[in-house]
Formats: sequence, C-alpha cells, structure tokens
Amino acid sequence: MTKYEITVGIECHVQLATKTKLFSEVDNDARGKDPNTCVSPVDYALPGMLPRLNEQAIRLAIRAGRAMNAEINPYSRFDRKHYYYPDLPKGYQISQFYHPIIGAGHIDLPDGTSVRIEHAHMEEDAGKLNHYDTYSLVDLNRAGTPLIEIVSMPDIHSARQAHDYCKELWRAMTYAGVTIGDLYNGNMRFDVNISLALPGAKELGKRAEIKNLNSFRSVERAIEYEYERQSKLLDKGEPVRQETRGWNDATGKTTFQRSKEEAQDYRYMPEPDIPPIRLSQEFIDEELKNTPLLPKDYRGKFADVLPVDTLEVLLDYPELMRKLGELAGKDNIKRVANWFASVLLAEEKSYEMLSFLPKADYLEELAEMAEKQELSSTGAKEVFLKFFDPQMKGKDAHTIAKELNVLQENDTGALEAIVGQVISDPACAQAVADYKAGSEKVLGFLVGQVMKASRGKANPGTASQILKNKLT
Amino acid sequence: MKIADKNTSAYSLVSDALEKAEKYKDYNIFISLDKEGALQKAKIIDEKIKNKEKVGRLAGVPFAIKDNFLSPAGNTTAASKILEPLKSPITATSVKKLEDEGAIVIGRTNLDSFAHGSSTENSYFGPTLNAHDKTRVSGGSSGGSAVAVALDIVPFATGTDTGGSIRQPASFNGVYGFKPTYGTISRYGVVAMASSTDCIGFFAKNPEDIDLLMSITSGQDPKDMTTLPDYYNKDGRENAAVAGAASEPHDDAISESHNATSESLPTAGPHTIGIINDFDTDSLDSDIRAALDSQIDALQKAGHKIVRLDMPTLKYALAVYYIVVPAEIASNLSRHDGIRYGYRSKDARTLDEVYGKSRSEGFMPENKRRIMIGNFVLSSGFYDAYYLKAEQARTLIIKEYEKAFSKCDFILTPVSPNPAFKLGEKTSDPVAMYLEDVMSVPLNLAGLPGLAIPVAKNKDGLSIGLQLVGPRRSDKALLEFAKSIKKEGE
Repeated sequence: MTKYEITVGIECHVQLATKTKLFSEVDNDARGKDPNTCVSPVDYALPGMLPRLNEQAIRLAIRAGRAMNAEINPYSRFDRKHYYYPDLPKGYQISQFYHPIIGAGHIDLPDGTSVRIEHAHMEEDAGKLNHYDTYSLVDLNRAGTPLIEIVSMPDIHSARQAHDYCKELWRAMTYAGVTIGDLYNGNMRFDVNISLALPGAKELGKRAEIKNLNSFRSVERAIEYEYERQSKLLDKGEPVRQETRGWNDATGKTTFQRSKEEAQDYRYMPEPDIPPIRLSQEFIDEELKNTPLLPKDYRGKFADVLPVDTLEVLLDYPELMRKLGELAGKDNIKRVANWFASVLLAEEKSYEMLSFLPKADYLEELAEMAEKQELSSTGAKEVFLKFFDPQMKGKDAHTIAKELNVLQENDTGALEAIVGQVISDPACAQAVADYKAGSEKVLGFLVGQVMKASRGKANPGTASQILKNKLT
Repeated sequence: MKIADKNTSAYSLVSDALEKAEKYKDYNIFISLDKEGALQKAKIIDEKIKNKEKVGRLAGVPFAIKDNFLSPAGNTTAASKILEPLKSPITATSVKKLEDEGAIVIGRTNLDSFAHGSSTENSYFGPTLNAHDKTRVSGGSSGGSAVAVALDIVPFATGTDTGGSIRQPASFNGVYGFKPTYGTISRYGVVAMASSTDCIGFFAKNPEDIDLLMSITSGQDPKDMTTLPDYYNKDGRENAAVAGAASEPHDDAISESHNATSESLPTAGPHTIGIINDFDTDSLDSDIRAALDSQIDALQKAGHKIVRLDMPTLKYALAVYYIVVPAEIASNLSRHDGIRYGYRSKDARTLDEVYGKSRSEGFMPENKRRIMIGNFVLSSGFYDAYYLKAEQARTLIIKEYEKAFSKCDFILTPVSPNPAFKLGEKTSDPVAMYLEDVMSVPLNLAGLPGLAIPVAKNKDGLSIGLQLVGPRRSDKALLEFAKSIKKEGE
C-alpha cells in the first residue's frame, strides 16, 4: 500500500550512430580508441573554427521523430548553451533551446499505457574527464558526438513503468537505426525527475533529479530508492528539496550533488554560425520512408504468429527481429522464433551468442528440414545451437546436420531393409508374433527397435508405416 | 599591384617589402614578420617562373595579414596575451586562396586585441601609429593592415570588419578598404569576434586590386555554413535568383533578404546615389562634410543623380550593435579558458582559478568590458529586454536599408564623424570611442557591402574617407562604380 503518488519525468540522451561527428568530419565511433584520437580542431575549439552540420544527423533525428510518433518541425535552429567545464571546449554546448527539430509525440508501452513526449532536440555531447590522484585529464573523443535529448511529460507513475518506458525508448531508437544502443558504453543515458504528492493533490511535489543513469534497472532502482527517501521525509513533515542527486549502483542509493540554487544561468543565444534548418516535406518523407521497421511494426506483423510473451522477449534483440522479419512463411517464423526464445531463456550468455546471427537462408532451411521431418525436433534444436558454435559458424543447416549425424532416415529402401532386419531378429520374434495376433501396443516397441538399429536417424512415422505394411 | 615576372622577381618584391617593414618599425605595424618563410616562398615562385611553370594571379605579391587570421606560419595572437602562444595547425580559407595564387605573407599586423576597438590602442603589443601623423591613432581594429598599405610596405593586406574595423582605419590612413556582403568570404580560420557581423575584407591602393582580391577569395566554403554561393564571379543579376538557397545567416530578417532576388542590383551608370540626412549632424567634422559635398558635386557633374534619404532607424544602430556584438563576443571568447591552448596563469591551483586567473590576466580591459556586457544581456531575465529587442531593432534597420535601396543604387556617407584622433584621446572614455563607429556599424548589422574611398586630406594632412554602400551582393557593381569614380576624379 503506497501512501504517496509518484510522478516521474525522464530526459533521455541518445547518441546518434552517425559516421562522423555532429559538426566535424572525424570518426564518431571512438570505441576502443586512445583518448583524444578522434578530435578535430573544430572539436577542441581552435579559434576560427566553425561548425559544419552533419546531414546524416538530421536524417537520424527525423527517424527518431517517427519512432516516437512525433511531428518533425520543418523549421528548427541551434542555440548556444553556455557553461564552463574542461570537457566542453567551446565554453558552450550547441543545442536546440528555442526551436527543437522534433515536436510532441508519445511512446506506447507493452502494458497499454502511453507516455507523452514533450519534444526532442539535437545537441552535441561533451567530452569526458578521467580523474587521477592529484589531477584530471580531458578526453575529447566524445566531444561533438551527435545526441538527441528526448524530454518526456510527467506521465510515469511507477518505477516499473519508468523501466518499461526507458526500455521501449531504447527499442524504438535501436530499431529505427538512430543509435547503436550500447547502454554499457553510454549510448543512451537517462536523467530522471521524481516527485511525490498525496493522491488528489493539485500540485506536484518538489522534485529530485537523478542524473546519468545508464540502465533500465538502475532507473527502476533509483526511483524505488527515491520513493522511500522522499516519503520518509514527507512522513516526518520535512520538506523535499529540489536538487540534483547521483546514483550509486553499488550501494543502491542516491546522494546529494547540488541544489537548485546552484543551478547555472546558461545564457542561451541563437547559434550564429549555423543557419536555421529548413526541411522540405520531400526530405522528411524520404527519411520517414527509409526508417526500418519499428517495434510496433513487428508487433503488428507477428501478432497472429507468435505468443505475446515470446514476442516481447525477442523484441529486446533488434537484429534478431530483423532476421525473423526476413523469413517467409508463418510456420517457419514460429519455429525459428521458438528456438530463439528457448535459447534466450535457457542459455547463459545468450546475448553474446546472438552477436552473430546465422543467415536467414540457413534458418529457413533448418525450419523446412524440421517441417519435412528430415530432423527430429531435438535434432533441429541441436543444429540450431551449432549455428552459434565458433567452429560451425557460416555452415548451412544441412552441413551441420550431416556433421552431427542427425538427419532422419527417410529413404524407404534403406528403412525397409532395417525394418526387415528387426522383424527377422530373434529378439523381436515374440513382439512380432504378438502384433500379428492383434496386439497393437507392441508396435511402439518395434519402432523403437528400428530407431535403435538406425542409430536414431529413422523417421519414426515412416518406420511405423513400413512395419505395419510388412506385418499385415 | 606589381606581380613577379621576367622583369621583376618575387624575391625582390618580398625583400623590398621586408625592408620597408623594418624601416617603419616605429609605427608598430607588425606583431610578427616571417622573413625566412616569405623569402623561401619567393624563391620557389621565381624558380617556377624561370621554368615557365604556371604561376597564380598574385605570383610573388607580398601581403600582410591581420593577426587574427590563422596559419601555421607564426603565432596567431589576435593581439592578446591569452593567444600569444597560439600556433595554428590550419590556414584560414581566405589566406589559403591568396597563397594558392602565389601571394606571399610577409607578416602579421597589429590590431585591437580580438578586434575590440576603433584605434588599435587596445592591442597587447601597443598601438599602431597613424601613417600621416605619428601622434594620432591608426584607427581600428585593423590598424596595422591599414598602415602597412598606406606606407606602401605591401600592396594589400587582409582585415576583418565587424563594425567598421576595415573601413575606418582605411579612411584614417588614406587607402581603400572593403567590407564585402556578409557571407561573401569564408570566415573559416579567422578568430571570431561576432559571428553574425564579422566580414573578411581588404586594404589596397585602388579598387581594381580589391576587385581582383574579391574574385580570388569570394565564394562558398563548406567549412563556413554562413557563406553565400559564389555570386561575385558571375553576373550579379543572373546569380541573385539562386543565391541564398544553401545558406543564410541566423537572423531571420537577414535570411529573407538573403533569399530575395535583388531587383535593385545596379547596372551600368549613370547611378542614383543616396545621401543620408540623418548623418548630417553637429558632431560631423566640417572638413568631412565639405569632402562629402564636393564628392556630391563631382558625381552630379559626371551625370549621376542624387537623392536625399531619411533613415531615422539608423540612430538605434549603435545601441543594437553594442548589445548583439558583445553577446556574440562573450560567447565566442568562452573557449579561451586556459585548458587546451593559449595562456594559462602560472599560479592557478584550482579549476576555477585556471579559468579566472588565466582570463583575468590574458584579456585586455576592453575584452573584459565586452564580455561583461555580453553576459549581462544574455543572462536569464534580461535576454528578452536586451538581446531579443536588439535583434528586432536589427530587423527594422535591415528593412530601412531595403527601402532606401528601392530609391537609389548606392548610398554615400562619411566613414566616421571625425578624422584620426590623438593617441590616448578616447581611451578613458569607451562610449566616445564607440561613437566613432556610428556610421560604420549599420552596414554590419544589415550585412551590406561598404567601401571606404580616400577622397581628401584636411589642413592637418589627415586623410578623409567616404563610404560607398550597396545592397547585399552588389559588391562587384559597387567596386566597378568605385573604379569609375576614381577615373572621373583623375
């Protein structure tokens, strides 16, 4: 029983998967690279350098807008947001304060609720500081990486819903191809505003902001913690202060960082070095058309093929969904989806396993082999798992099945010979006699013997049919 | 402009220039000279000429760059302590285009620190003296470049003009100084003062040279999103219809005038010349008024028509300028924080001290004044009252010029209300100094081209210049007209 109603709004920063930075021509992907090796004079703010807007970033922003069911503003503009920090070379961040590129939208959650998006704007990321004993070093590799910041309305009312919203946002952005979506590397970061009020209160309570959360689970835990912290204060009649707090994943607690009074005046002004962006409807439409299938599209596509819970598990794996989307035929999709779902639920490190996906042709082939009963269901599963075995990578289903020796024996000639052997085997004489006397239940025993003699490769249905023919 | 060929060598042109630079050392024109580099480049040009290889249109021509243009030769100091150690890895687009045509930089000229000023007295390296009177200022902020051309050290020099910084020192030292239409020459690689008004331009001895420099340096630069598609080397009229499609400055009103086809682009004369009544005030120097009147007579005699214009909105230009420009200055100077390059205070112990002390010690008083004003007008709660209001007034000024150019082809005004003033005369009174810009800043707010033309000398031997102003992208026509005025005067 919860006494207070919780209200949550979330600001999410998404790093765009562009080839180069937002305003310069250097590589935007600094993963695994040495500090300050992806930095141009524009990025370290040499005097006289001017921003050059990356068209691909605009295109991805349009896709992002579609993925959050939002209007794309045909007119938008950049502004300068001023503050001093060593990871911000220009002394201002180029952002969109007055005229953002993406207008109001919404994200629908699997539980049927919907969270409205206030707007989303483009901006550049800052670099980062690496702290040592007595000094800190600046790494500008990330400075100038394109971001969109997605600002939600305060429509979220539980930690779980916040978790689901972040996850759904992550799905939408990754499916749309807007971001690589690697949370561990900070491709998406969440700032969460949390306030409590008694049910029916006219005004929201004072809010605390938890900055820089980078997993759905930490969003959920931080909100749970804040609910406890703030409700204890309110129970005691103490005020909740408007402040920024940090989340410590190890302790599971939020800690005070700075109060609202210390909030900076960013002295926003229009960015004079970048002309306003005027997007033609053709340009917008072209990019909307280029947007890959989104989670909602897959839900629609597979609604009558896959059970909802299987579908929701699979939706966490965008590459996988795309792969399934490539498969033709309902039964094949169902079969392959179930293999994946069982692997994802059962195998450890399934995520790493899925970093390499077999070709759709191979999956199709395997599904068809199973359909035609060329493989037993266990045999098919065995082949499927081998797709991910480093030593089998790149091999097709038939080759793997052959190597595993799990192909079912459907050759009736060969099978008839085996059946003949079984019937004439003295150990089976009694069973044969019983069957001929009318005992149908011994047929199972005889099929088993055929299977054994074929070392499991016989198709039991065919074997049973041949047995019946021969014994009557 | 003398170009190296069989009869003269690049080496002799460059070494002459370097000798003269040495000879006029007491004027404090150069912050740094690149003797070795310049002579080396001259030798290469001479070698090419000897081998009958193709050389550019400026082969062996020595020139000077204002010390806010980036290039790997020498330090780009912007006449400041904070940038004194700055070595640039890149070359400004404009300088590169000139060098590609064979021109040779001999040195970097003095300016008001970060181009903040109208007298070159705000330089960290001391003032540059007037070419005609060493007790007077050279004007500013591009004082060094103006004097370098006036004293015939180099046939041309680069400058930047944010509120008159080319035209006023040109006028003070008796040379031509041109500020093109905003966006005509790339700003890439030039230390920014105010992004929405900064223009790259030139000092030279005649409009013909400026025309050549314009045809070399103008044009769209992918590294500067505010550059216009090339119109200068095409027929103005034809090009006007497509210009502005790709880029526009941030101000919406400017954007619109950028996009508009310029119906009023002047063709061959006779022309209609507008004279602004509002500039004829008591504070206008009588010799300057006389020079304007006699030029008006000459134009009429040459068959041109004169119209008188009332442009009451221009009285707000200076106020608008000193809100918009400091705001952009404060923003553009934020990057000088002592972290990545430039000066860092020796006794800074904390991060705040690195910022505070490096900036306090590295900037000149005028830099700080503008940073303070700029941050004030942008601060929360004041933005609407100052910055936004100023931008609205700026739109009105743009419209006022559009209206004026529906009645005339060009406008002729003084460059400044007074000729070169005494060193130290206005340094203690910043507002008096700002007032010297009253006739030059409106062009920058509207993005218009303006040419300072030397027309006369007063009884003290000080130069008097007039300013010829045209509509946006009328630069070519404006320079052609200046050439014809010069011929008529001869």
